[in-house]
Amino acid sequence: MRPDWEIIQQWIEPNSRVLDLGCGDGSLLHFLKTTKNIHEIGLEIDDNNILQCIENGVNVIEQNLDRSLSNFQSNSFDTVLLTQTLQALSKPDVLIDEMLRIGKNGIVTFPNFGNWKSRLYLLNKGRMPVSKFMPHAWYNTPNIHFCTVKDFDALCVEKNIKVLTRTVVDSQHRSSWYMKIWPNLLGEIAVYHISKYQ
Amino acid sequence: MTLTTMSDSFPTDSVGLVKPQVHHFDEPLTLRSGKVLPAYDLVVETYGTLNEEKTNAVLVCHALSGDHHAAGYHNLDDKKPGWWDNCIGPGKAIDTNLYHVVSLNNLGGCAGSTGPASINPETGKYYGPDFPVITVRDWVNSQAKLMDRLGIHKWAAVIGGSLGGMQVLRWAISYPERLGHAISIAVAPKLSAQNIAFNEVARHSIISDPNFHNGRYLEYDTYPKQGLMLARMVGHITYLSDSAMRAKFGKTVMDFQTAGDNFGRDLRTGKLSFGFNVDFQVESYLHYQGERFSENFDANTYLLMTKALDYFDPSVDFEGDLSRAFANSSCKFMLVSFSTDWRFPPERSREIVRDLLRAGKEVTYLEIEADQGHDAFLLPIPRYVKAFSKYLQRVHEELVNHAS
Repeated sequence: MRPDWEIIQQWIEPNSRVLDLGCGDGSLLHFLKTTKNIHEIGLEIDDNNILQCIENGVNVIEQNLDRSLSNFQSNSFDTVLLTQTLQALSKPDVLIDEMLRIGKNGIVTFPNFGNWKSRLYLLNKGRMPVSKFMPHAWYNTPNIHFCTVKDFDALCVEKNIKVLTRTVVDSQHRSSWYMKIWPNLLGEIAVYHISKYQ
Repeated sequence: MTLTTMSDSFPTDSVGLVKPQVHHFDEPLTLRSGKVLPAYDLVVETYGTLNEEKTNAVLVCHALSGDHHAAGYHNLDDKKPGWWDNCIGPGKAIDTNLYHVVSLNNLGGCAGSTGPASINPETGKYYGPDFPVITVRDWVNSQAKLMDRLGIHKWAAVIGGSLGGMQVLRWAISYPERLGHAISIAVAPKLSAQNIAFNEVARHSIISDPNFHNGRYLEYDTYPKQGLMLARMVGHITYLSDSAMRAKFGKTVMDFQTAGDNFGRDLRTGKLSFGFNVDFQVESYLHYQGERFSENFDANTYLLMTKALDYFDPSVDFEGDLSRAFANSSCKFMLVSFSTDWRFPPERSREIVRDLLRAGKEVTYLEIEADQGHDAFLLPIPRYVKAFSKYLQRVHEELVNHAS
């Protein structure tokens, strides 16, 4: 099992309704469907990913996350997923609000730009960090809104969002004791489980 | 069973030679209008083999001018196969190696099922205008009777485009336990005023033809050819898109830099007539389409079909809330729309998707970039056909897994 799925699946209730914003090839939803018997809907815009979702037997709706999600009713899902998509959105803060309007809780994962490697890259080279994990140049990257763990924490405070769990992992989705102590410096991927305050 | 034989002269992915069957029903059918059809015939074609458990049957519903002949050929010298041959056949999207496909001519049609051009047993004359107005709901009820006759308990999928797609939605509402998947393509939850307006122009052109004789033209041994031609011409414009027409009628470059600059204004003879004759290719094409259609289609059927479109609105029983109409549906849904379809544009499909989501249903939705307008649903557009194929392959896998 992919280590990030391991983290995510423990927050998914069996038989719950799960909406995945930017569901890719639908493999996460397929996994959750198999293991948790969820009722799933994925949103995706990439042709090939949509075909893969269909092959995986995952319900997929062709819909752009940068347009409105007003076709989804409030509290119509248990969990809304946003994995590795936050940084590619034109208005990530608006989408976080939408997630918690549509779902009772949300799971967000994003690459942590505050990681020491990014910091060192910028410090040493004076150029925007490029890595195996974030391979694009600044001008052609789909990732237009990078943030750090600290930035996201601040957004949650500002929006009065309850952080149920915050985990950071490396690019292989492994965690360790030192990442828990210095998450913003050592974590490569942040995994948040969030909800509204009741 | 429909006789299916492969012939050397047909493509290998064709269902080959097919023979329609007529099923007679003596049990009266009460229609939405309150009228009763005491007995009726339905003409049916089937392709592919029904499995022993009878779980692999799919129903294909036709649109306004379609009929039961969806795939294959009736004669060795047929120039064209059935209307959805692109998608029905061995290895095609609706794969006849996997599925048993049932396709019928709907009631009120003019291709063999009971309709206005049939003889009314009560009078011994043509039904003509006395044939009752049929709605999508009535069609679906008659299709359910056919299903019982064929010994099929549950369709693996009900599939259709345009008016056919409306029948699919009605199936999911009226017979929720009798279909596994609802595949509705290029559809709308109900017609807009603009859609109805175009239908009214079509109807008016038929009714005002002097040969219409209040719908009793067959008794006069004539038919409203001009009216039917006009109706089809205006209808045909709504099936195409501006871009499709530019491409179709903009092949002559002449003085233009590129064909695109021609805006589809190809001339018929190369010069303007400075009269009121046909100058442009598009005009002659419309005339041809209208002419051909008028020779093969019954005018009263055309009136009925357009009324069925106008009356379609499953939300009427639920105070206008379509999501409530779907409350009991247990099938999964697939909807597909096309970018340049201005008859039933993607926004109309998105309305249905929204209401299905509100009803908590499982839905897959694709918006296909295509230049061909409403007609796109009949055409082999790669992304559309691929998704359609994969979806039905998946449905079949589930059938097999469920059985084992």
